[in-house]
Amino acid sequence: MLDVLAGFVSELREAGLPVSMSETLDAAEAMGYVEMGDREELKYALAATLVKSPSHWRAFETAFEVYFALRGEKFAIDATSNDPGEAGSEELRPEAFGGHRGAGGGGGEALGPQEVAEMLMRALWSADTAMLAAAARYAVGRFAGMEPGRPVGGTYYLYRTLRNLDLDRIAGQMLDAAREEAPAGHLTPLEERLVRDEIGSRIALLRKEIEAEIRRRLVADRGTEALAKSLRKPLLEDVDFMHASRDEMASLRRVVQPLTRKLAVRLARKRRHGRKGPLDFRATVRRSLSTGGVPVDPRFRYPHPAKPEVVVVADVSGSVASFARFTLHLVHALSTQFSKVRSFAFIDGIDEVTRFFEESDDVVEALERVNTEAQVVWVDGHSDYGHALGEFWERWGEELSPRTSVIILGDARNNYHASQAWVLAELMHRVRHVYWLNPEPRAYWDTGDSIVGEYSPYCSDVVECRNLRQLESFVAGLA
Amino acid sequence: MSGVGSEESSTPPSRVTPLAFLDPGDPRFASVADVRERLGSAGYLADEGIAGVVHLADRLGKPVLVEGPAGTGKTELAKSVARVTASRLVRLQCYEGLDESKALYEWNYRKQLLRIQAEQVVAPIAGEEPGTPPSGQGRWKVLEEDIFSEEFLLARPLLEAIRSTDPVVLLVDEVDRLELETEALLLEVLSEYQVSIPELGTVSATRIPMVFLTSNNTRELSEALKRRCLYLHLDYPSLEREREIVSERVPGITTELADQVARIVRALRGMELKKHPSISETLDWARTLVMLGVESVDPDSARSTLNVLLKYRSDLERAAKELDLVVAGDSPT
Repeated sequence: MLDVLAGFVSELREAGLPVSMSETLDAAEAMGYVEMGDREELKYALAATLVKSPSHWRAFETAFEVYFALRGEKFAIDATSNDPGEAGSEELRPEAFGGHRGAGGGGGEALGPQEVAEMLMRALWSADTAMLAAAARYAVGRFAGMEPGRPVGGTYYLYRTLRNLDLDRIAGQMLDAAREEAPAGHLTPLEERLVRDEIGSRIALLRKEIEAEIRRRLVADRGTEALAKSLRKPLLEDVDFMHASRDEMASLRRVVQPLTRKLAVRLARKRRHGRKGPLDFRATVRRSLSTGGVPVDPRFRYPHPAKPEVVVVADVSGSVASFARFTLHLVHALSTQFSKVRSFAFIDGIDEVTRFFEESDDVVEALERVNTEAQVVWVDGHSDYGHALGEFWERWGEELSPRTSVIILGDARNNYHASQAWVLAELMHRVRHVYWLNPEPRAYWDTGDSIVGEYSPYCSDVVECRNLRQLESFVAGLA
Repeated sequence: MSGVGSEESSTPPSRVTPLAFLDPGDPRFASVADVRERLGSAGYLADEGIAGVVHLADRLGKPVLVEGPAGTGKTELAKSVARVTASRLVRLQCYEGLDESKALYEWNYRKQLLRIQAEQVVAPIAGEEPGTPPSGQGRWKVLEEDIFSEEFLLARPLLEAIRSTDPVVLLVDEVDRLELETEALLLEVLSEYQVSIPELGTVSATRIPMVFLTSNNTRELSEALKRRCLYLHLDYPSLEREREIVSERVPGITTELADQVARIVRALRGMELKKHPSISETLDWARTLVMLGVESVDPDSARSTLNVLLKYRSDLERAAKELDLVVAGDSPT
């Protein structure tokens, strides 16, 4: 067992989790106190000793599924299970569905699509994990068409299984059934919404079971380490903005709120830290009374350092839109930490978008309005940094002051237009700092139509900003 | 359980060499199932993860760092564990600027000053010339030993938890509010379960207390602290668990209503809101509905009571829109 633990820990480290030696020892000690047969208990014991941050949970779970997939009796794969259909349906029918289905389908012959759908629906309605697992097992055996030694990823099998199951249709049928069963003959919108949520969550559960089943079979086929390596994904804070999947983008958005809170606390603390205000005479004298009039413990007032003004100028063209939106979102969520935040969006024209964030509490809606209402297109809707910066200087240059920090977001891919770098040179003289955040890897800078190099002499700093970690450290350094 | 440290209690602050491995003492819980059952009887419904971590914390004698969104029962967990193990709860509420003298111990210098002054005043009456040798040197020694004795020591929560001879549960609440430097203060206490007082020596725990640290995650805690703790992330509960919690904690609620409440809350947590409803807010809402005599949540009753669950106007509007509660030309609340 200790060998498995050692392998497991090194896999976690490979995935980027900081697991120390003493934590490994704790885990080993903890394993002595759990029931080895109980997989859940083992999982929580390992999680408690090895995983110390919620954002690492996903990586932990994946690794755990792989390393401890075959341990536990009910998950053992019998020898016949590589033979699709057969094994799954045999063990499934008698225990779970025999009673319901009666005479339907005998022996090892495959079920028809309608029957499969019925079986799934029954499993979904029952919301019983064992039954869902059995259904998932059957589905994978039947549809995934897994062949030993074939070098394709788990997602391929998942896709094949799900395509054959057609879960959307099943969800629709379940909803219809719920409508019919409703006492009033129809569902109120609220009830319908709740039923839909319920069905959605159960289908998600089934999907998870299917994924787990596929993983189990892959482990049996390829061995633990090889599979763990292929399933490794970057941690959320290392996900590249430019290549984030939709799921990843959604989870990134979800962490913005806690992240801003964290940053806000840190910034406020940093500003206050180490600096004391003037002596608070009254408090000092009052305090000294308890030491017989000797002012042992001088009191100071809190200092009130000035907050910086921030102007964000963001490229919102297709290539970097997700990055720009994310950053705008973050900066505005932090607006209490800056005395003033103004934001501008451009593609080849430029427009101020501060009002969208001010008028609406809701960030998603504000971003939507930035996309639809702001006048950011001048000629053809291809990025033109030169023109946009020029216009920015002309229209708003007067309003900038030496207290302002300007942050420019973009990849500086200018479609071979003129760079107008003099604008930045002028800016540099007028404001406190000019920062450029570039979501591209540093190696790509100044290749093709990227002209970061022409702007960078006029910036206080040009920063590579590809993931949450880099963005966080930049914002923390700002205030 | 309470008898464990009784022999040692006669000589409390003694110099003890730290052991390589501290013996956590007799286990308080027999098994994970036992944890669940006993916490359940105290009104705290623990899921597999929570019970597992509490069980381990007991066996390994390690503190538990509980993290998660506000209102998911972090503090309640510590309180419940204290209740079921018949321990006293010692609570240290953290805040910015908390220091040693508030967390560990402090010399009661006012009393010390009084004592010194009393020496000067009382001695002559006793017939002795103040400051005459040989007593000058000797008396100072006596006085010093006297004013740095336990009588003049103010035990703050951490020392109190360690010194206590009856079973205690130590709750360090909102540890993320501490500055990074102050956090180091906790390290000695949490890994060795001892406090060093230069004038008195090292005070060691007679029995390792169960320790819970809670954090709202407003900042990243130091690696050193995390490494010493078991980690428990308390998230919003699953539908089933929330339903159970509601039926358990809200008297007079029907199963159907509890189910509906849990489902609606889950739907709300699935939305992009500024602040998702916490468990305590769910309970408040369920109580409100029961009090209003609502048997089943319909759009009307939901709309008029949703402000118990959601505290931002934009959240209310969005929730009402997504749950189809809005009647044309009418705004929520």
